[in-house]
Order: sequence, then C-alpha cells, then structure tokens
Amino acid sequence: MEKRVFFKGWWLPALLVAPQLLISFVFFFYPSGQAIWNSLFLPDPFGLKTEFVGLDNFRFLLSDPYYLASFKTTVIFSTAVSVSSMALGLYLAALADRLIKGAGVYQTLLIWPYAIAPAIAGVLWLFMFNGNIGLASYYLKALGYEWNHTLKGDQAMFLVILASSWGRISYNFLFFLAGLQAIPKSIIEAAAIDGASFWKRFGTIVIPLLSPITFFLLVVNIVYAFFDTFGVIHTITSGGPEQSTTILVYKVFSDGFVSQDLGSSAAQSVILLVLVGILTVIQFKYIERKVHY
Amino acid sequence: MKHFKAIIASIALFVMFAGTAVQAKVEIQWWHAFGGRLGELLDEQVNKFNASQDKYTVVHTRKGNYSETLNAGIAAFRAGQHPNILMVFEVGTASLMAAKGAYVPMYQLMKDAGQRFNPKGFVSAVSGYYTTTDGKMLSMPYNSSTPVLWVNKDLMKKAGLDPEMDLSTWKKVGNALDAAKAKGIDMPFCTCWHSWVHLENFSAYHNIPFATKSNGFAGLDTELSFNSPVHIKHIQTLGKWAQEGKFKYMGRRNEAGKNFRAGECMLMTESSAGYAGIKKQAKFEFGIRHLPYYGGTEAPQNTIIGGSSLWALSGKSKEENKATAAFLAFLSKTDIQAKWHQDTGYLGVTTAAAKKTKSSGFYKANPGTDLAGIQMMRNKVTQNSKGLRLGSFDQIRGIIDEEMEGVYSGKKTAQVALDSAVRRGNVLLRRFERANK
Repeated sequence: MEKRVFFKGWWLPALLVAPQLLISFVFFFYPSGQAIWNSLFLPDPFGLKTEFVGLDNFRFLLSDPYYLASFKTTVIFSTAVSVSSMALGLYLAALADRLIKGAGVYQTLLIWPYAIAPAIAGVLWLFMFNGNIGLASYYLKALGYEWNHTLKGDQAMFLVILASSWGRISYNFLFFLAGLQAIPKSIIEAAAIDGASFWKRFGTIVIPLLSPITFFLLVVNIVYAFFDTFGVIHTITSGGPEQSTTILVYKVFSDGFVSQDLGSSAAQSVILLVLVGILTVIQFKYIERKVHY
Repeated sequence: MKHFKAIIASIALFVMFAGTAVQAKVEIQWWHAFGGRLGELLDEQVNKFNASQDKYTVVHTRKGNYSETLNAGIAAFRAGQHPNILMVFEVGTASLMAAKGAYVPMYQLMKDAGQRFNPKGFVSAVSGYYTTTDGKMLSMPYNSSTPVLWVNKDLMKKAGLDPEMDLSTWKKVGNALDAAKAKGIDMPFCTCWHSWVHLENFSAYHNIPFATKSNGFAGLDTELSFNSPVHIKHIQTLGKWAQEGKFKYMGRRNEAGKNFRAGECMLMTESSAGYAGIKKQAKFEFGIRHLPYYGGTEAPQNTIIGGSSLWALSGKSKEENKATAAFLAFLSKTDIQAKWHQDTGYLGVTTAAAKKTKSSGFYKANPGTDLAGIQMMRNKVTQNSKGLRLGSFDQIRGIIDEEMEGVYSGKKTAQVALDSAVRRGNVLLRRFERANK
C-alpha cells in the first residue's frame, strides 16, 4: 500500500523542495555548467587570456594513450577496492553478528578506521611501506622480496588499493552488520530446523535479504573509489610510477591543479560526468532489478 | 534589526581603526618552498631584514614543495589573493615569463621604487636564466645550485676502493660500482632529480641540445631533442645499473638524499645544495666531485643551474611594491649572499659574494664547496649550455620521470622511453605555444 499526499496549490511544495533545488544548483548544475563551458577553451595558467578551441581539448585527450590507459586503471582500481572492501566488510559483519560477548568492543574497533581521513590513511600506509624507513618493506626485504612501489607499478597499485579499502571495510562492515541484525532470527531458525546448513542459510536467506544493502553499498563504494580515493593516491604515489595509479579523477586534479591546464582538466571532468551518469543508469536499470526489497 | 546594524557598524569601525594602526608599517607576503634547514636560514634572512628598518615587514609562508608553491601562487593570482613575492623554481620560469601582466619585471620594480640595482653584479650564468633576450632582468635569482657527485668515503673504503680515486667519467664510476656490488654494498649509486641531472644538465655538460631553438631561449616553437645517441647511451647505462642492483631508484625528487645522509648510498648525484643537510647529518666522511661525463664527447662543457628566483607579482599598491623592492635589494647584499652560499651550498649568485667567500678562506677550509661554481663557469657558455626555457616544463619533467621509471624497471629500452618522452613533451610544448601566442 502506497500512501500519497497531495498538496493544494503550488507554493508550499515549491518551498519544500526549494532548499534541495538550490543545493543541486549551487553544487551541481552551476559547476557542471562551468566545466562544460571551460572545456571549450584553452586558457593560460594565470587566467590572463583564453582562446576558444571548440572540441580540441577532447581531441587532445582522446589521442593521449595515457589518458586511455587511465580508464583501464580506474576500472581495475575501483573494482578491486569495491569488491575487496565489501567482501571483507561482509565477512567481518557475519562474524561480529554471531558474537555473544564483547560485541560492542569488536564493533567499535572495527568501525574505527572509518574515522581516518583518506589522506592520513595514505600517509600511514606509505610510512609502513616506505623504502627508507618502512617496517613492512623492511620485513619483506628480510623475506627476500624487493619492495619498491616508487618503481614497480603493480606494487604501487596494490598499496593504493590496500590503503583505500582499509577505511572502507569499516563503512561496509557497519551497513552489513545493521543489515544482518535486521534479518528476523525466526526465518533463519526455521531454516536451521529444516536442516539447512550454515552456508545454505547464508546463500539462500541472508544474501537475498541483504541485497538492498549490498546494492546500496555497491553504488556508494564505486562512487567512493572513483572520487574520494584521490587523497590516498596523492599522498602515496602521486599517480606514478609511469601513471600506473593515475585514475581518472586523479588525472583531472593533476592536469588542472598541478599542470595548470584548466581546459584539459575541464574536458576530463565532462567525460567523467558522462561516464558516471552512464554507470549509475546501468546500475539502477540492470542490477537493481535483481534486488529484493 | 537595529541591533544588527549597530553591530555591523561597530565591526566596520573597529576594522577601520585596526587597519590604520597596522598601516604604519607596510606588510608584504612572500610565499616560498623551503622547509628544514633551508627554511631556518630563510627565516633568519627575513628577521634580519625586518629588524634592519622600521618601514616594512616581510611575512613568509611555506607553501609546500617547489611545484606546490608555484601552483598555490598561480591559483591565488586567479583569485586575486596572491602574495607580493613568489618563489618560482627554474622550471616554472618560462611559464612566468610568458604570463606578461602577472608580474612586475625586476628592472621595472627597482626603477619605480628608486632602488639602486645592478643586474651586472650577478653571475651571468645565473642571471641569464631570468633575463630576456634583449637583456632585461625579470626576476631576482634567489637560490641556484648545480648537480655534483657526492661520495661516501667510508663506503668507498669498505668496497676496497681508494676514496680519492678518479671518478671524472661515467665509465670510471661504473667500475667503482662494479667493485662496490662485488663487495656486497647494498646501494652503490643513487640520484636525486633524474631529469635535471641526467638529461638537462647532461645535455649542457656534453654540449648537445636538450631542445631546439637554443633550448627554447630563441622562441616558443622549440622542440625537445634529448633522444640523441649520447642521451640514450647514458639512460641505458642507468637502466642497466638499476637492473643489476647497482643503482637504486628512490623517487623523483630528492628522496635519495635521505639514503645518502644515512650512510647507505656510496655515490649520489645531487644538487650542490645538498650540502646543508649532508654536513649536518652525515656521520661519515664525505667528498664532493664534479659531475661525471663521457669521454670522446665535447664534455665537460658547463652545467646549468637549478633553484629558484623571486618574482614580484603584479596588482599590488605602490607602497607595497616599494617594500618588495627594498627587500629584494636587501637579499642581494654581499654579506647576505655570502652567508647563504656558505651555509647552504647554493652558488654565490653575485660576483661580490663569490669573491668575499674566496677571500675569507672558506673554500680552503671546506674542500669541494667551490666545485659547483667552477663547474658552472668553466667554459664560455654555448647555445646548449645557457639553460632551458620551456613552457609547461614541470609537466614535461613529470613525463620524463615517468618514462625513465619505465627504463629503470626494465619495461622499456632507453630509446623507446626517450622517444616517447620527446613525443609527449612536444605535444605539451605546442599546447603551451598555442595558449601563449
């Protein structure tokens, strides 16, 4: 049963949605419009003069093999961050849900890393794996494994994924735990009495009942991996070595604010905007169908 | 509502009075990139200036590393919140020069303020970098250094080598590294500032062009040319050493300095200004040598500078510009320059400071500290050894760093990497040319 409320007149509903519209305009439509407009120009860094170049910024980008490689990097990175942090979050939540004693302590400790800002998390991990003073790199060396993420792309990628997922596990843990606790115990007990094993119960009851939360987390984690991991990458690798950890949003930053090429940066933002739009449509159109509310 | 107005009015009054109280002294802002020991020495200079007169106050703020400082300055300029003086490293020089209207040229600033200022007093190898082709000095050289070879003598002995052995060519360096590796030394060679030392200075030192049009001095339509056989030979050698574990790559900037100061690295190529930190921290005997070169070439020509100059940004009041001029003139004084040169290992940028340091007997007491100066001025400067003036060069350096990482990790040959860096860099040069026509 859906409840619908109808307003008489137009001013009250308009007033009620006005704050949201205003926020959307100020923080979304206005900057997006600016980005689209700027993507058509080639300004000098100081903003003293600018030239209309049409779609040249896009042509410039799409002919750059490193820009195209950055798409692949982004896919690998976002998938790895989302999947690993969600899987671990779910695993820890399933364990914590079964705790009888001391659940509060475990839960608090597991949520803790979420309070750490991405840039700080990046520095922490960087310290551990630093080639000069890092403990982790020291022990790896003792085991005969040469760690040098400033030179080896796969190690750098591993490190930024690790640092980005770490805080995210807590977030996912929190939501999965809430989801698990919302599942009526009676259903699970009934299945247990019918002789379903733990894995059977988990696969046929828990996972489907968690699907709304899983879907929500998937969307949020991908958005996180796309946009919020920028601090981690900046502190750990600055996108290197050889751009092997330059994801799209990091390239927007580095071309715009490090290289002062605002035209190209704006064009990249526009491409990113379109890309995330498409991704969201796909998620809601195809994946959400499999979600049971 | 009435109350509100009263509050606003009183705040406005307060601000006005507070403003007049401060106005007695003109305050100017200086954004720079120096932390650590260099930051302390810079702070000392500013304090000395502030104490030396009662008309002006200089406030200095560290904005991060060189690139971050430049970017902070540019972003602030766009927002109209820029400082009076901005430290710009040599790589950003072309970007600033092209941005006419963003700065007050040094000669103009000094003339308007009635400061006595003699551009001829600067060492030409340094001031030439910041002077237009028609001889107008645009910014004030602050810190300038050139790369040299740093030697950990204790590790040399451990490797069974004579710590005073001839290390003038890369071939001889290679032999020393072989010996060190054989004796189990973990980090025989390391380097800071890859592109600056091993391509930019390498080109000048061997008298081969880094870019066409006199390395960009003669026009914006310059093209990179650091993929010649001699360049490739050198980068390939570094790559080979990296593969054999003789050369350890620690990062793009001066990260390797840490390893050298900790006594892990035997030979390091780094700026002569590494002196301040090494002298303070090294618990071993160190030596300074000229940058090595390849025999059978035109080397050794002369090396070029790195470091920064100070730019007076535009859009400031006449009074503030006067303060800026007074401060910059103060910095170029002989005793300030001589002290800076002796404390840091940066070159004495005025001839008077270099002379004073020599006559004080500093070079005799600290052997090797004069090498940087000699190396820079050993020959008459050629088209290839004047310096670089390339737009978007910070970005191009990023590309070079990336490509060189490919060589060190063994993914690419030097030929492929340098060709690719030239091609990608040229795209940026064309973009810069277009944006600054």
